[in-house]
Amino acid sequence: MKTWLKGVSIVLLGYTIVGGLLMDVPRLNIVNETVRALYFHVPMWFGMVALFLVSTIYSIQYLRKPSFEKDTRAVEYANTGLLLGLLGIFTGMIWANYTWGSPWHGDPKQNGAAISLLVYLAYFVLRGSVENEDQRARLSAVYNIFAFAAMIPLIFIIPRMTSSMHPGSGGNPGFNMYDLDSKMRMVFYPAVIGWILLGVWIATLRIRIRIINEKLLNLENE
Amino acid sequence: MNKFIRLIFQFILFSLPISAIAQPVEMADTMRSEGKIYVVVAILLVIFVGLIGYLILLDRKITQIEKKLPEKKN
Repeated sequence: MKTWLKGVSIVLLGYTIVGGLLMDVPRLNIVNETVRALYFHVPMWFGMVALFLVSTIYSIQYLRKPSFEKDTRAVEYANTGLLLGLLGIFTGMIWANYTWGSPWHGDPKQNGAAISLLVYLAYFVLRGSVENEDQRARLSAVYNIFAFAAMIPLIFIIPRMTSSMHPGSGGNPGFNMYDLDSKMRMVFYPAVIGWILLGVWIATLRIRIRIINEKLLNLENE
Repeated sequence: MNKFIRLIFQFILFSLPISAIAQPVEMADTMRSEGKIYVVVAILLVIFVGLIGYLILLDRKITQIEKKLPEKKN
């Protein structure tokens, strides 16, 4: 990862913290100041989807032309994506507790997000259970593509077809104002870019550690 | 006369705190205004800077180890 991109990530996230807490937000009933959680909770999911997408692309590339590096990249992008997803679900539970009334509300999007996290957890279970390296890489690459394909309807389609309390679905009229609010976009989009870049940064660190590990193993075997 | 002077002193003494209330005293109020939200911003920034600093150090350490490794020959 380019150094200047790391700098962009730091600047954008610093701006998110200051702007996200101090800049004007719409005054809404029930959500009140927690509307600011949008700047921190939602970018977790955007980050997760972006990292999972990168992971899937590397998995497809692996199946086209297998290499250790592509497999490594697929694993670590999925790993970092899962981290952001878990943070997203926990921050969402805190937010739901104070605005919807309970941490787990059975909201379609909440359930869908939980299921897709479990689908991705199974990816790591699968990797851990295959001894042969080539087989593990191939099987998990196929499964990774399936996991991404399963996540799209679970998070983006089903919640929009039923009534969900998340914005962009039925119900929750208070949030419809946000859709029009350009003030919030000025913090929200930088936050999304900042978190995606931070996720990529962490993933590249993990990839480099794995590559070092592999090189050391090769040296031992010589 | 004595009584008159006492009355004046009393008036000055009692009016002091009133004048203190009437005129707001200038203090470093920025960090204390709006429900002290700036304090939360400062705390979050400290945590963020700490974490990012840690990430940068980790990045450098990995780069150092990468340089120590000999290039792959195959």
